[in-house]
Amino acid sequence: MLFLKEFAKAGWPAKIGMAVILVYLFCAIFAPLIAPYAETEVIITSPWVSAEESGTLLGLDQLGRDLWTRVLYGARNTITIAIVITLLAFFIGMAAGFFAAVVGGLTDQLLSRIVDIIMAFPTLFFALIVLSILGTSVPVLIVVIAILDSTRVFRISRALAMDISVMDYVEVAKLRGEGLWWIMRREVLPNALTPLIAEFGLRFCFVFLFISALSFLGLGIQPPAADWGSMVRENAAAITYGIMTPLVPALAIAILTIAVNLVVDWFLRKTSGLRDEV
Amino acid sequence: MRSKRDVGAGERLLTMRGLRIDGFTDDRWLPIVKGVDLHLDRGEVLGLIGESGAGKSTIGIAAMGYARPGCRISGGEIDFDGIQILGAAPAELRAVRGARIAYVAQSAAASFNPAHRLIDQYAETPVQHGILSYPEAAANAKDIYRRLDLPNPDQIGFRYPHQVSGGQLQRAMVAMAMSCKPDLIVFDEPTTALDVTTQIEVLAAIKDIVRQFNTAAIYITHDLAVVAQLADRIMVLRHGLTVEEGGARAMLAAPKEEYTRKLLAVRTFTKAAADESESATVLEVDNVWARYGGTDAGVNVLEEVSLKVGRKTTVAIVGESGSGKSTLARAITGLLPPFEGRVLFNGRELPASCRRRNKNLLRHLQMIYQMPDVALNPRQKIRDVIGRPLSFYFGMHGAERAARVRELLEMIELSDDFKDRYPPELSGGQKQRVCIARALAARPELIICDEVTSALDQLVAEEILKLLHRLQEELGITYLFITHDLATVKAIADEIVVMLQGRIVEHGKKEEVLTPPHHEYTDLLLSSVPEMDPDWLDNLLQKRRAA
Repeated sequence: MLFLKEFAKAGWPAKIGMAVILVYLFCAIFAPLIAPYAETEVIITSPWVSAEESGTLLGLDQLGRDLWTRVLYGARNTITIAIVITLLAFFIGMAAGFFAAVVGGLTDQLLSRIVDIIMAFPTLFFALIVLSILGTSVPVLIVVIAILDSTRVFRISRALAMDISVMDYVEVAKLRGEGLWWIMRREVLPNALTPLIAEFGLRFCFVFLFISALSFLGLGIQPPAADWGSMVRENAAAITYGIMTPLVPALAIAILTIAVNLVVDWFLRKTSGLRDEV
Repeated sequence: MRSKRDVGAGERLLTMRGLRIDGFTDDRWLPIVKGVDLHLDRGEVLGLIGESGAGKSTIGIAAMGYARPGCRISGGEIDFDGIQILGAAPAELRAVRGARIAYVAQSAAASFNPAHRLIDQYAETPVQHGILSYPEAAANAKDIYRRLDLPNPDQIGFRYPHQVSGGQLQRAMVAMAMSCKPDLIVFDEPTTALDVTTQIEVLAAIKDIVRQFNTAAIYITHDLAVVAQLADRIMVLRHGLTVEEGGARAMLAAPKEEYTRKLLAVRTFTKAAADESESATVLEVDNVWARYGGTDAGVNVLEEVSLKVGRKTTVAIVGESGSGKSTLARAITGLLPPFEGRVLFNGRELPASCRRRNKNLLRHLQMIYQMPDVALNPRQKIRDVIGRPLSFYFGMHGAERAARVRELLEMIELSDDFKDRYPPELSGGQKQRVCIARALAARPELIICDEVTSALDQLVAEEILKLLHRLQEELGITYLFITHDLATVKAIADEIVVMLQGRIVEHGKKEEVLTPPHHEYTDLLLSSVPEMDPDWLDNLLQKRRAA
């Protein structure tokens, strides 16, 4: 409730961003109801039939499937997987980060160095190697990207928890005899939550782009499931004929990313106490 | 170079008329300073005093045309030597700031750039303003360092800020403010963060230098005794309004307003002497040694510390920063296990580390901290802060717990509706009361109070001391009171332990320690506490020089 009340006072960029996100979520959830065709249904067996010719909203793709249907299902597949990955990454990263900061000493050193090693490899490169070894099923995709992304979350969580764990109230809890889990959950987490929520929005964008990138390279979500990244790749050749088809999924990616960023920006400004000049 | 000091004292330098400053809180502008008039002549020292939130620092900064982030100057006028500060062009302000009005902040350690040498930071302003060349500024610096009585004035400027002591750094900051020979210096609580013995050095240096250069000064502090040593005139502020204004001596001798009288009469509370009968020992510290950084390397912070604390008594541990008094608290609570020696509680030896102590032992030893802001989790409601020890130690839930929380709130003289508030919504004194309630919730035998009053305003601190005393009477709690403030000690202690460099130098009943003959160090500590007498500093310095 409080969130809604505060959000009502936000500027128009954040409101537009939020509206776009809600539309996307609506599409993702109700894709089977909105979509005029089935996800993999072929309408005319020739590539890139235009909208007028096929009588569809956005025309057909390279295999003659309805592009609008594919975009809707793409939202469903990509957004769901991205949210699951981000949640998992945050769970792993926050748990490890808080643990390292509160316990400190050798545990902290060990965890931090492991994270350093993982971060030393370029993420895409690392993901490509692991995925080509393990194969690309959705669960493997989720776990691999979540672990790679959790390193960033670990860094932030650890830094935040470091600041919090030197506070006297954490010492009070330790002297009371509280367990580690209680300290992490009740003393550290509530105080680290705001920056982490803002980070959640940003990480979601990165994960989302990352999946799209992997799909574009052929190691993400596998055909025939619809996914914006692979849709761009599969239809890329069309651009040479002056056909706009690949731009539609690309725009879908770009607009969602911008929308999430607009909301995150508002949230960051709201919570960090920074204000524009008054 | 602009000629200065060609005009005599007595000429009006700064005038503020109807100054209003707003702060932005909860999405609206609320007044912080509500129309204050202030004037200052050349060479005059004006003391601004008041509690936190009185608006004194805000006024000080406004003299340079600044408002803190989230604040705005909303009305009034500021005239500095013919220049209208409000509404002046940026270039005009730039010429005034630093060169003609300088500012000395409370924490020198936070105000110096740790990456540059002191002398370079000294020279920065005059060179920037084109008043002096670097060699001239450097030569000046050495002269000022000498006048401020800094040791080794020719070389000290080439050190980095972390290489000199706190008091020296604060004096280097005063030197820096002097670098352009300004007409006005704003001192914002420059000695509040210092120990009493160091405070003397800085006060003496400030007093000397403003006299020598005939500099006007606004001296902001919450300590009336400090301002009494320096100010020609005193302004008492409260809630953004002037309460009383007048000559320093006249005001100290005969304050007109009730509020000023209260400030002057602070620390009238004294605990009655404990009965002579020896009470049972609750806590015994036996030959404790402690050090940071492992047992092999590192410096000892505690050396053969032994003391006994009797039931229902208050033992005060006094010393300057770095004397090891807080480390002693950490050794007793088991946060820093001593590498030698024992801590006994009711005759039983405690495991050295708090992790190996059981719930019941932990329950009996509670702590109250210096900064109530960071001792309370800002995201927990007061009912959870106080309620957690109840469910943790006694398994209380639901109505039983709620009833006990109400009872504890009553004990600390807060109404029941505080239970649904969050700590940031409370004032400093109220927060400290909640910390006390949290400690009481565990039904402890001993409470360690680590500088519990030093972050509070004096009137509030006094209330807290009275509360602690009342609770001791009612509940029979034993206090170990760690403090650097001798006024607090005089008020509440039964026994005094004086610590210096990790060792106990004097230990005894309050009356014994406070009556001469003292240990040399105790004497230094006691004589360094500022008194309301305006001549106190001069007399003291004379006496010390003679000795």
